Amino acid sequence: MAMTLSDETLAKAAATGDRAAFATLLERHYDRLHALCWRLTGHQSDAQDLAHDICASLPAKLAGWRGEARFTTWLYRVAVNAAHDQRRRQAVRNKAALGWGDWEVNRQADIAEAAAAKDWLAAAMATLSEDLRDTLALTMDADLTQAEAAAVLGLSEGTIAWRIAEVKKRLRALATQEAIQ
Amino acid sequence: MTDDLDIIRAALRDAPKPDPAARKNAIAAAMQNFDRMHQETAAPARPIHDRSLNAAPMKGLAKMFRTLSTHPFLTATTSAAALGLGVVLILPQQDLAPQGQPIAEDVALLEQSEPMVIAETAAAPAPAATSSPAPETAARPSPAPGMTARKMIPSADAAAPRRSAPLEALADFGTAAPPSPVPDQSVPEVPNSDAFANAERNPVTVTTETPVSTFSVDVDTASYAVVRSFLTGGALPPSEAVRIEEMINYFPYAYPAPGDGQAPFATHVTVMPTPWNSDTQLVRIGLQGRLPAVADRPPLNLVFLVDTSGSMQDAAKLPLLKQSLALMLRQLRPEDEVALVAYAGSAGEVLPPTRADQPDVILRALDQLSAGGATAGAEGLELAYRIAEKMTRPGEVSRVLLATDGDFNVGLSDPDGLEAYVEKKRRGGIYLSVLGFGRGNLDDATMQALAQNGNGIAAYIDTLQEARKVLVDQLTGALFPIANDVKIQVEWNPAAVAEYRLIGYETRALAREDFNNDKVDAGEIGAGHAVTALYEVTAPGSPALANDPLRYGEAAAPAAQPTEELGFLRLRYKAPGETKSVLLETPIRAEADSVTPASETNFAAAIAGFGQLLTGATYLGDWGWDEAIALALSARGEDAFGYRAEAISLMRLGQVLDAN
Repeated sequence: MAMTLSDETLAKAAATGDRAAFATLLERHYDRLHALCWRLTGHQSDAQDLAHDICASLPAKLAGWRGEARFTTWLYRVAVNAAHDQRRRQAVRNKAALGWGDWEVNRQADIAEAAAAKDWLAAAMATLSEDLRDTLALTMDADLTQAEAAAVLGLSEGTIAWRIAEVKKRLRALATQEAIQ
Repeated sequence: MTDDLDIIRAALRDAPKPDPAARKNAIAAAMQNFDRMHQETAAPARPIHDRSLNAAPMKGLAKMFRTLSTHPFLTATTSAAALGLGVVLILPQQDLAPQGQPIAEDVALLEQSEPMVIAETAAAPAPAATSSPAPETAARPSPAPGMTARKMIPSADAAAPRRSAPLEALADFGTAAPPSPVPDQSVPEVPNSDAFANAERNPVTVTTETPVSTFSVDVDTASYAVVRSFLTGGALPPSEAVRIEEMINYFPYAYPAPGDGQAPFATHVTVMPTPWNSDTQLVRIGLQGRLPAVADRPPLNLVFLVDTSGSMQDAAKLPLLKQSLALMLRQLRPEDEVALVAYAGSAGEVLPPTRADQPDVILRALDQLSAGGATAGAEGLELAYRIAEKMTRPGEVSRVLLATDGDFNVGLSDPDGLEAYVEKKRRGGIYLSVLGFGRGNLDDATMQALAQNGNGIAAYIDTLQEARKVLVDQLTGALFPIANDVKIQVEWNPAAVAEYRLIGYETRALAREDFNNDKVDAGEIGAGHAVTALYEVTAPGSPALANDPLRYGEAAAPAAQPTEELGFLRLRYKAPGETKSVLLETPIRAEADSVTPASETNFAAAIAGFGQLLTGATYLGDWGWDEAIALALSARGEDAFGYRAEAISLMRLGQVLDAN
């Protein structure tokens, strides 16, 4: 029965302490959330961690839920935010580790990362700026319209369209470069 | 060529299936947190700050609030406080404390007040907490350059938030959400939307083109604390968060104070070789305010204006603020009066003017403050000023102390209007100081602008130790202005100084003609305050000259002036309550200051180097962290409170972080 209720109704119930509603929401959205995390991070393990963190923080975040946006829009915003925080933390960690001369740890990590990034997709993603990556990750969601992606990022549709064009331009440049090499 | 995108789209659609175990784990963690939040019995299985205050509107409200009195926070929130207290207890700071109470007794006092608090909070479970915190950031105006325009020179990126556009748009999201109850799991926290005030770094100026340099003094120290908070957090501060003059002025320097019957502050000028460039010289201008006569100071009226909006519930914000104010309370005298105004969804007088000899009443009112609701800063400010006006009797000093995380302007006015309002009230004799708490949405630009227009200090408080420095050690200086609108103008002698560069003070630059215009506002100096400014100057013909002479320009170096004078220092200030300024003039001679120990100038130079290393080090050449640390180490001086030692460890941290 709970399965037929809308996300928004469930979220409202969960925000006021309805356990079953919250569980239903998680079941319903975890896979999509994980997919988005994967597109945002480009790594399976990072995506898992990120999705875990987001889930763990959801109860507290839901307390602020006021039903002003679609639940998925809201959830994706939380995810994009969390991805940014994760990137920032990683940057700090890498920096601190390097600073301590612990280069071996980083070398190992780099090797592992290179292996993970073997396929051209991850490499291509890595060449994009954060803004472009976020935009790409969101607009690639089959269920998310361009307008909704814009709402998640708090941007106009025009900006999204411009960014997509920018992504294409970069990919084309990358392809040309590869052809030359 | 759209097929590029189609390929990537196909690849991205193909997201790997989530690992079932990870999926189960994540959902389990979520449910666990959910249960913890909605538990009927709020048994504190974890330290108190692990739990969300926003859980309060749900259930078990009275029980949760009971646990939020000051005492548990004191024990649980600030591990930094342990350090702070340790230092406090062994230091001789009783001389500034009229009642000579060591800090430990303050804590004891707080503990004693707890039982009363339970009764109070159980009876009044702050309704503000139920109102949603979301609108506050949604309506928060971006710190517009206009805010800083009056006295600061804004640059396009000066007041701009550090984050990229989409993140800024998302910022309301993070603040709307309460902090997660499980900090150990590295859950996404409130996005960092700190906005910092800064302007372009001062360039090297050619004396024959612009012989006069004018700026306002300032005794703010907020930037140093922000820098410290970044470094101890393991990251280099963004360059716009670094204001070098605030870093230099953070430290006390042993400048001799003026004698009786002299101007309210003494001027000490000295010249030394620049540590980072052997071909230039450093000119240090030090101002020392008259030391406070604690015994016969006039009674103080303090209105604490406390931001209790939802964004303040962080352990580093409201709880730390309560502790800080409790510390300060012990330093007041019986005839001083304190009032308390809280602002969140609506502004309200929490405590009517109360004499400082009733600390239990004041502490109880403090303890009742709890975070929740949006910020209506402007309304709160108006109420605070109204109360301060009522409290002021002839001969007394009144000051509004605004404690906030900077998330300010929901309510009525635009930032410019607010600034003008503060300025108007300052002319009416009521000053404003701003205490910043927490990082995340600290709106440094707004704080700066408000404090500068209210003739007050803007300080950033991140630990109890810092609270003690700002509120207790410098109580008198922070609260008793001895000179208002202090402006400095230096005219350089082109025969002795071909080029000069003012280090820091970018946001305090004044136009040359503003110096003599008494209508133009500038910073104040409080009792006992010291202000230090450093110029790097280059002599004509020095190999360090940055600018080549002009081929078609005037032939420079009219040798008419005596060349032992590097320049001429003019100072203007107004005595408190006066509208006409007084002019002080001192020639700058190429000689060392005989009364101030060399360590003082060396330390200021080391900090100036530290600040420049954090902001690009354009002028430092090969001089780097090692040299800065060595210079600071050699110039530690007496350092009774350990401020300089702390700076040195921060420099080491900066060196490590910068090594990448």
